[in-house]
Amino acid sequence: MAGLGFACLLLALAVCAYGIGASLYGVRSGRVEFSESGRRSVYALAGILTVAMIVLEVAFLRNDFTFNTVADTSSRTTPALYRAAAVWSSQEGSLLLWAWLLSLWSSLALFLTRKRLRDVAAYATAILLGFGGFFVALMVFYANPFATTHPAPPEGAGLDPLLRFPTMIIHPPMLYSGYTLCTIPLAFGMGALLARRVDADWIKAIRRFAFAAWLFLGAGILLGALWSYSELGWGGYWGWDAVENASLMPWLTGTAFLHSLMIQEKRGMLKVWNVSLALATGTLAIMGTFLVRSGILDSIHAFGGHTLGVPFVFLIATLIGGSIYLVVSRRDMLRSEHRLDSWLSRESIFLANNVVLVGLCFVIFWGTYFPLISEAVTGQEASVGPPWFDRYTVPLALILVLLSGVGPVIAWRRATLANARRNFVVPSVCALLVLGALEIAGVTQKPLAIAMFCCAGFVFGSIGQEFFRGTRARRAMAGEPAPLALLALVRRNRRRYGGYIVHIGIAVLFVGVAASSSFQHASQLGLSPGQSTRVGAYTVRYVRPTATITPKYDEAHTGSTLSLGALLDVSEHGHHVATLNPSEGFYASQEASQGTVGSLIGGQPVSHVAMNGSFTRNVWTAIAPDIETPALKRIVSVGNSTLPAEDALVGIAYLARAYLKNPPPAQFNFLVSPLVFWIWIGGLISFGGGLIALWPAPSVVRRRVSVRSRARALRGLARA
Amino acid sequence: MAVLIAILTLALIGLVVLVVGAPLRRARRPGDAGSPARDARDRLASVARQASAAPAASAAATHDDLEAAREAKYREIRDAELDFRTGKLSQEDYQAIDAELRAEAIEILDRLERLAAGGDGPEGPLRLS
Repeated sequence: MAGLGFACLLLALAVCAYGIGASLYGVRSGRVEFSESGRRSVYALAGILTVAMIVLEVAFLRNDFTFNTVADTSSRTTPALYRAAAVWSSQEGSLLLWAWLLSLWSSLALFLTRKRLRDVAAYATAILLGFGGFFVALMVFYANPFATTHPAPPEGAGLDPLLRFPTMIIHPPMLYSGYTLCTIPLAFGMGALLARRVDADWIKAIRRFAFAAWLFLGAGILLGALWSYSELGWGGYWGWDAVENASLMPWLTGTAFLHSLMIQEKRGMLKVWNVSLALATGTLAIMGTFLVRSGILDSIHAFGGHTLGVPFVFLIATLIGGSIYLVVSRRDMLRSEHRLDSWLSRESIFLANNVVLVGLCFVIFWGTYFPLISEAVTGQEASVGPPWFDRYTVPLALILVLLSGVGPVIAWRRATLANARRNFVVPSVCALLVLGALEIAGVTQKPLAIAMFCCAGFVFGSIGQEFFRGTRARRAMAGEPAPLALLALVRRNRRRYGGYIVHIGIAVLFVGVAASSSFQHASQLGLSPGQSTRVGAYTVRYVRPTATITPKYDEAHTGSTLSLGALLDVSEHGHHVATLNPSEGFYASQEASQGTVGSLIGGQPVSHVAMNGSFTRNVWTAIAPDIETPALKRIVSVGNSTLPAEDALVGIAYLARAYLKNPPPAQFNFLVSPLVFWIWIGGLISFGGGLIALWPAPSVVRRRVSVRSRARALRGLARA
Repeated sequence: MAVLIAILTLALIGLVVLVVGAPLRRARRPGDAGSPARDARDRLASVARQASAAPAASAAATHDDLEAAREAKYREIRDAELDFRTGKLSQEDYQAIDAELRAEAIEILDRLERLAAGGDGPEGPLRLS
């Protein structure tokens, strides 16, 4: 079926080329049928790429090793769920996923705008098809997911064990959904500039997509952080890796855009800023995709050196050049219709929030691309590490969290000092209460972390006050009981209160980050069975070694042949805290030179982290068992020379038994991180708040009618 | 297998041509009473936009723009009311802002009504605020 898949790609390329031409001709000549045909090309692209995706999925599920991507990234021993997700573990498959998601989201956006913004949508169609065509062309000319080899190898290389983790199944689709959704505001922003319709209408059309991009990108970033913490053996969730940073940058500018677009909707202000943010967010999303694929910067997430760098550089240069030209050439139309009424207003807080978010993005951009900049200027590649990022991002994050508490209690247009003072009492008292509680608990070191806790206290106070006062106002108006009034309040003002919940979630997330990074106990332990050692208030005892042999599927569904680990007992002041069983999985390799036994465990070893978490702290450990001892190496050597392939597992059984009977000392990475659980909780709260804000109002029609009738009543009052 | 792939590919191409070409076929069909009215209006709007110079084009407040402005204004009225009821606006500020917003909302409604009646009048560009 590879032929059908490749035919789909060729057809998709032709449809993109036709759709671009039809859309542009339609909008330039005023012939709507061509614009309509161009829009339908996007639907057709979605259909074609769905067929291509199905062909590739079926190949993975059927272990069709004639497909090179299947042979390179899957195997018969890879569990079915991971085989299905292995499609996007390769360069080729992930390009197809990108193009497919782009076509689906673009279709949805163009379908929802089919009756309005015809000229803007026609340009947007051409731009979105341009992106689609670019990615399809990459697959056709550089990285064909349907390339085949005959005869097929009997077995595939298997999925990278590091990717055999549940969150990694949904992390790429979430992240790619975020990236591809970021291109929709970009396309409509460019379309608005090209069509010279830069009022708030285009913003209204793409607002939900900008929000969805923010939501998916944020969820993808957090899932990646969870994977890093739970799967990788270093115990961190964020390492300022180039690819992590690349996904964070569009999220930051997207967050700024979501705030500033409200000012354009309400006041007709910040048109240049908004369209620039939309274009920058889309361009940064493409740059993020480029970073993963070009291999120009070192990253554990990158697909390695590849030939896709030049086409991406061309695309990014076109986007940047085109964006600058359009904004400059349309600057007369982008003039603000109004000025700020007062510096003490919601608008000015949003402006400050935008400056901080873009400042954060700039710092991260500089740090991420510093190796390239340094090489270009000095001829030597140098990079900056986490301490450099922390130095600049931590103060900015503090300001950002504080602003997320200040904004909700300041009115739109203008607030008086007296009102502001009154509204700041409760949040300030909350911040002071947090400070007092920390003082009583003896937490007096780490001033930046303490400042973050106080800022979060301010946010909780501010948002709590907003919910309380809103509910009270609703009760006074409708005479409803408090829970119903609260529900009605949120239901009728989803964007506002959904946004407030997001602010709460972000504050909770930052509390988790500040606590876990500032007050973490980290130790490298070398222990033999029976030995124990102290880590802070904790006592860690190596109880006994463990070993598991699973020729195909192990309990964790990771597919390792042999898993060697240890049972650890953790206690605090004599009280049992947790029993942990960290292990390291040894996977089969395709290297025949390693011998019949050696090849069964010769693949990449992967740490299986053990954790015990609660709301207050997380005990985390990973083990690195030493299997390079002379006794264990001799077993492998003897097994290689005496055992045929079908009996090689016997050698592994001997190896496991020897490890259990005479275990070598093991190295443990042991961490106790306070409040780390709240990072994920904060993410969930933000996601929930985001869904509330994104969800359409329950009865738009009824509300419109009611607002219309109210407006008539207002008209009557005004004329009276 | 090769024959099956060829048939599937041809079927896919046929389907794509059918979907993508439908608007073009509809436009050529004489006596189609479905969309010409809308298409004619769109074409007229497009021609009008092209005919006017760039600064003048931005001055044309379309129906869509007005509807977007009206929705935004309604939201602003609701937000101001909520800001007042949650203690963020003083009584005087609220009354002033509310009156201003109502007047702007009425202006938008008037212009929408005039547009529906056949012309937008000479007011010039729509101001959101």
